[in-house]
Amino acid sequence: MTHKQWPLWEIFIRGQHGLNHRHVGSLHAPDAEMAINNARDVYTRRKEGVSIWVVPSSEITASSPSEKGPLFDPAESKVYRHPTFFDIPEEVGKM
Amino acid sequence: MTGIAELEAPLADPHLSDEALRPAFFEWLCRMGDSTLILGHRTSEWCGHGPALEEDIALANTALDLIGHTQFWLGLAAEVEGKGRSADQLAYLRDAWHFRNLLLVELPKGDMGQTLVREFLFDAWHHLQLDWLAANSSSPRVREIAAKALKEVSYHLERVCDLVIRLGDGTEESHRRLQDALDRLWPYTGEMFTGDAVDATVAGAGIAPDPASLRPAWDALVDEVLEAATLTRPQTRPDAQKGGRQGRHTEHLGFILAEMQFLQRAYPGATW
Amino acid sequence: MYAQMIKSEGTKREDMSPQELAFQARIDRGEKIEPKEWMPEGYRKTLIRQIGQHAHSEIVGQLPEGNWITRAPTLERKAILLAKVQDEAGHGLYLYSAAETLGVSRDELFEKLHSGAMKYSSIFNYPTLTWADMGAVGWLVDGAAIMNQVPLQRTSYGPYSRAMIRICKEESFHQRQGYSIMMTMAKGTPAQKDMAQDALNRFWYPALMMFGPSDKDSVHSEQSMAWKIKMNTNDELRQKFVNETVPQAEYLGLSVPDETLAWNEEKQGYDFAEPDWSEFFEVIKGNGPCNRERLEARVTAWDEGAWFREGLSAHAEKAAAARMAAE
Repeated sequence: MTHKQWPLWEIFIRGQHGLNHRHVGSLHAPDAEMAINNARDVYTRRKEGVSIWVVPSSEITASSPSEKGPLFDPAESKVYRHPTFFDIPEEVGKM
Repeated sequence: MTGIAELEAPLADPHLSDEALRPAFFEWLCRMGDSTLILGHRTSEWCGHGPALEEDIALANTALDLIGHTQFWLGLAAEVEGKGRSADQLAYLRDAWHFRNLLLVELPKGDMGQTLVREFLFDAWHHLQLDWLAANSSSPRVREIAAKALKEVSYHLERVCDLVIRLGDGTEESHRRLQDALDRLWPYTGEMFTGDAVDATVAGAGIAPDPASLRPAWDALVDEVLEAATLTRPQTRPDAQKGGRQGRHTEHLGFILAEMQFLQRAYPGATW
Repeated sequence: MYAQMIKSEGTKREDMSPQELAFQARIDRGEKIEPKEWMPEGYRKTLIRQIGQHAHSEIVGQLPEGNWITRAPTLERKAILLAKVQDEAGHGLYLYSAAETLGVSRDELFEKLHSGAMKYSSIFNYPTLTWADMGAVGWLVDGAAIMNQVPLQRTSYGPYSRAMIRICKEESFHQRQGYSIMMTMAKGTPAQKDMAQDALNRFWYPALMMFGPSDKDSVHSEQSMAWKIKMNTNDELRQKFVNETVPQAEYLGLSVPDETLAWNEEKQGYDFAEPDWSEFFEVIKGNGPCNRERLEARVTAWDEGAWFREGLSAHAEKAAAARMAAE
C-alpha cells in the first residue's frame, strides 16, 4: 500500500451569535464528510460552533443545519473544560 | 467544586419510593450504568494511542460522553438503592460479580476494527434503548437521563456507522479486520436482547422496554450498515455468550476493575 | 519549555540583504508574517523546528498523563483527566497545522519524531508513578508551559500566534485542575500528603529544566528573539516560574526540594538551585527514564494505525470515483 496522507482541510465555524463563518484552523481527513465529523470532534469540544464549513483548496462543503442537535448540544455538560470550574483560593494568587 | 454531571432539580418520580420495585429498578440502572462505565473505560484506553490525531480526539469525546452517562445512571441507581452509596462507590467499590454490564463491552479493545465494530453493535442497541426510554419510560428521571444521553449517542451511532461502512468497503485489509471483528463479537450481541426476571419487572412497570422488542429494529439497522460496508452477517449463534447482566463475566472484567479501582482500594476512605 | 534548544539559523544584521532587512523591519514594527509571504529560509526552518518540537511535545505529553486515565480515583477525576489529555492531542493538531503552513507535512514531521531526528520536551521522559503526579504535572509542567505560551501568543508568525491563542484559552483549566488535585491531596490523609510531597520532589527540577539551559550567551536565542519567535530568555521565564510557584507550594504546606531557596529582596525574586544540567543533557540524548517507552508508544500507534488511515483513504477514493461516474 502506498503511503498517502489524508488531505488537509480548512475549517470554518460560525459561532452561536449568527456571525460569519470564521476560520478556526485545519485538520486532516480523507474526504469532506469526515472532515466535518472531525471538525466537530476537534474544534467544537466546547460547543463553540453551530455550523461548520470545510474547504479543501477550492471547494466548500458545509454541514447541514439539521445536524444541529446531536452534533453540538453534548458539550454543554462539560463544565470542567472551563477554568472557573476549579476553585482556587484567593491566597494562592492568579492561576 | 460543582458536580459535572448534575441535572437540574430532580423531577418527582413515584418509582423511587416503590419498595417492591426497588431491587429490580436498582439492578436495571446498574446494567445501564455499568455498560457505559466499562465501555467508556475501554474507549479511553485509546487516548494517546489513536491511529490519527483526529480519531484520538473523537474517541476521547465518545469516552467522555459514556463516563457522563455513567454518572447519571449510577447516580440514580444509588438513589434508588437508598443505602447512602454514591455513583463513585458503586463504580469503585463493587467486585466483578456485582457488575451488571454486557459482556460485549468488557472485551479488550483489540485493534481499531474491534473497537469500532463493538461500538457499532452496542450503539445500534444503545440508541434504540435510549430512544424508547426518552419517549416512553414511565419514570420521569429515566426519561430525563435518556433524553440527554440520546443526543450524544445519536452522534456516536452516526459516526460509527459511517466508519464501519468506510472501512468495510475500504482496502482488503480494512475489510478483513472488520469482518474478523464482527465474527469475533457476534456471539456477544444476543445478550442485549435476552430478558430475565429483572427486565420483566421493569418492563411491567413501564420503565424500560422488553429487551427482545428492540431486536427487529436492531437487525434492520445492522443489516443495512453491513450491506453498505460489504460485510457479511455472521451465521453463528448471536447469544452464545451471555451472563454479564446477571454478574457472570469474562476474565477480562476483573483486570479492568483491578486497574480502575486501585486507588479507592489502596487508600480506603480517602477523598480525591 | 515545550521547545528546548532550538537551533536558529539567521544572518547577522550587517550581512542582511535589503529583502531581509525589510523583513526584519516588519517584525520590529510588530507586524505578523503570514504563510504565503516572503520570509528568510532561516526563519522558516527555525520555525518548523520550533513549532514541530512543540507539537511533538503535546502528543508525547499525552502519554505520561494518559497512563492514569484508567486508574483515576473518581468518575469526575477520570472525566477531567481524559478531557485534559484529549486537549493535548488537539493542541498537537493545531501546532502541526501551523507548521504545515510552512511547507512541511504532518506525516513528514511524524517521521522525524519517530526516527529521532526531531525531539520533544525533556519533561515527558519522566515517569508518572502515583496519582499525585497528575496533580504535579498539571500544576508544575502546565504551569511552566504557560510561562512560555502566554508571551508566544504575540509571536511574529501569524498561524503560530493564532494556534497559541487558542491553546492558551483552552489550557487555562489545565494548571488549575492539577493544583486542585494537589490541594485535595495536601489536605487529605497523611499518605496522600506524602504522595503529594513525593510528586513535588520528583517533578520540581525536571520542571525547571523545561525552560532549557541558561541562554544568556546563546546566539540562537538572540536570533530567535529578534524574529520574535522566542519572546523571553530561558532564565527570565524560569525566574518567573519559581516566583509564582513557591508561594503556591507554601499554600499547600509542601516543601520545595531546594535547601538554598530564599527570597532575594533586591531582585524581588527567589534565589534557587539550578537543576542538574548533566541529567538534562542525558535525557535529551535519549537516556531519560522513559525515552524508549514514549517513542515506542508513538511509533506503535502510528504503525498499527496505518491500515485504518489507508482504509479510509481507499474508501474516499472509491466514493469520489463513483460520484464522478454518476455525473
